[in-house]
Amino acid sequence: MIGSVLGWLLDPEHWRSTPFDTGIWAQLGAHVGFTLIALAIAVLLALPAGLVIGHTGRGSWLVSAANAVRALPTVGVLVLLVVVISPHFYGRTNAGFLIPTEIVLVVLAVPPILSNAYAGVQNVPPQVRDAAFGMGMTGPQVLGRVELPNALPLIFSGFRSAMLQVIATATIASYVTLGGLGRFIYDGLAQKDYPQMIGGAVLVAALALISDLLVALVQRYAVSRGVSRRFRTDTGPDSRTAVLVEEDVR
Amino acid sequence: MSVDVLPLDASSSPLAFWSYFLDHRSTDLGWLWDHTWLSVVPVVVGLVLALPLGWLARRHAWVYPPMMSVTGLLYTIPSIALFVLIPPLFGLSVLSPLQVPIALSVYSTSLLVRVVADGLAAVPSETVQAATALGYRPLARFTRVELPIAVPVITAGLRVAIVANVSIVAVAGTIGLDNLGRLFDQGFTLSVNEPYYPPIVLGIVLCVLLALVLDAVVLVVDRLLTPWRRAVAAR
Repeated sequence: MIGSVLGWLLDPEHWRSTPFDTGIWAQLGAHVGFTLIALAIAVLLALPAGLVIGHTGRGSWLVSAANAVRALPTVGVLVLLVVVISPHFYGRTNAGFLIPTEIVLVVLAVPPILSNAYAGVQNVPPQVRDAAFGMGMTGPQVLGRVELPNALPLIFSGFRSAMLQVIATATIASYVTLGGLGRFIYDGLAQKDYPQMIGGAVLVAALALISDLLVALVQRYAVSRGVSRRFRTDTGPDSRTAVLVEEDVR
Repeated sequence: MSVDVLPLDASSSPLAFWSYFLDHRSTDLGWLWDHTWLSVVPVVVGLVLALPLGWLARRHAWVYPPMMSVTGLLYTIPSIALFVLIPPLFGLSVLSPLQVPIALSVYSTSLLVRVVADGLAAVPSETVQAATALGYRPLARFTRVELPIAVPVITAGLRVAIVANVSIVAVAGTIGLDNLGRLFDQGFTLSVNEPYYPPIVLGIVLCVLLALVLDAVVLVVDRLLTPWRRAVAAR
């Protein structure tokens, strides 16, 4: 079985698109596309909101409300929104599937980003915040120059958690007849072409692992060494230990 | 796996989910039961595996970073991919009833190892020293002093794991494995021409209720295991 999966993955014919079949490269591009759109919207919505809620301490109910969304079954919400929204789009575009999928992906990506940005600002030691105000910084300056850099490790862990969830859910979106790497899993299942199905799963897992690794690298260079305490090879608990709020529902 | 003949003349309003449930009671209750054990058993397996692993990571500091990397990697793999990858790795048939519990046990263990290790790390060192001075040997000290004190952290992790599992199990419904996720599959199949909401709404309602009930059960267990917290609060 492993041999035939490797055979499927290594066949260059499967990577190119033909008039009848979409190749791996094209589906990978589609998958990354859905993921980036959803993450960009979620970051634009949730990051400023989380920072401001953490800074002012007002509106923390919004964080609790966003977290409650996590009890919803992802697949169910996806299918429901597709069924509700897709009849409003006709013609040859796939907007009827794309728009509900993106809404679900954004809804899933918002809670980890929001709650981690909030928790990151809240966890800044009060002495640090007081010192910044004492030096004459204004509220927005404290937020931008002190609280944000200190909150970055948690913000990154929230973003990583959101990204993994979006990649995973974009895979399931193939079930509602959208493109992406999940196509190979569901098509392989439907055609009983198990090397294709398992090959698709390998690709999805690889995409998730590589994306996480890339963001981890960015995080390493974006977070100030004064915050990450990465002056030498330190074997303490890393930033991902900090809070349970980042844990996700997939 | 057979889908009953559905009375399509029945109301397709989202609020008709209750009559849909009554019409297909035996199938739906069967899926609810499948969903329940698929959500609970892997968390129990995960806890049983995570306790010794977490203890090891706490006991030997050098074990912690590699163990967290491995569990982090496993937790990174999307659920649908893990479901599909489990059978070839374990030599099972492609759609096996064991693939979902195995995949979820992998997730639960990955999540809980970190929780157990961090929960044990949060036990005050004076308490551990006092227990040692009272004559507790390492194993007894672990089970009777460190573990009880770590219970609140561990149950917090259990709540996250069990609520996550309820959502992930539904994903397995899309590849035809029996659980409440099959209601979404039914709803999607029946909505080809015009929207037919009842099974989808029913599935969401049952999943959320199941998550709330299981979460509450963990909370009750947490209360039963930590009577001293109430004693302190009452004083």
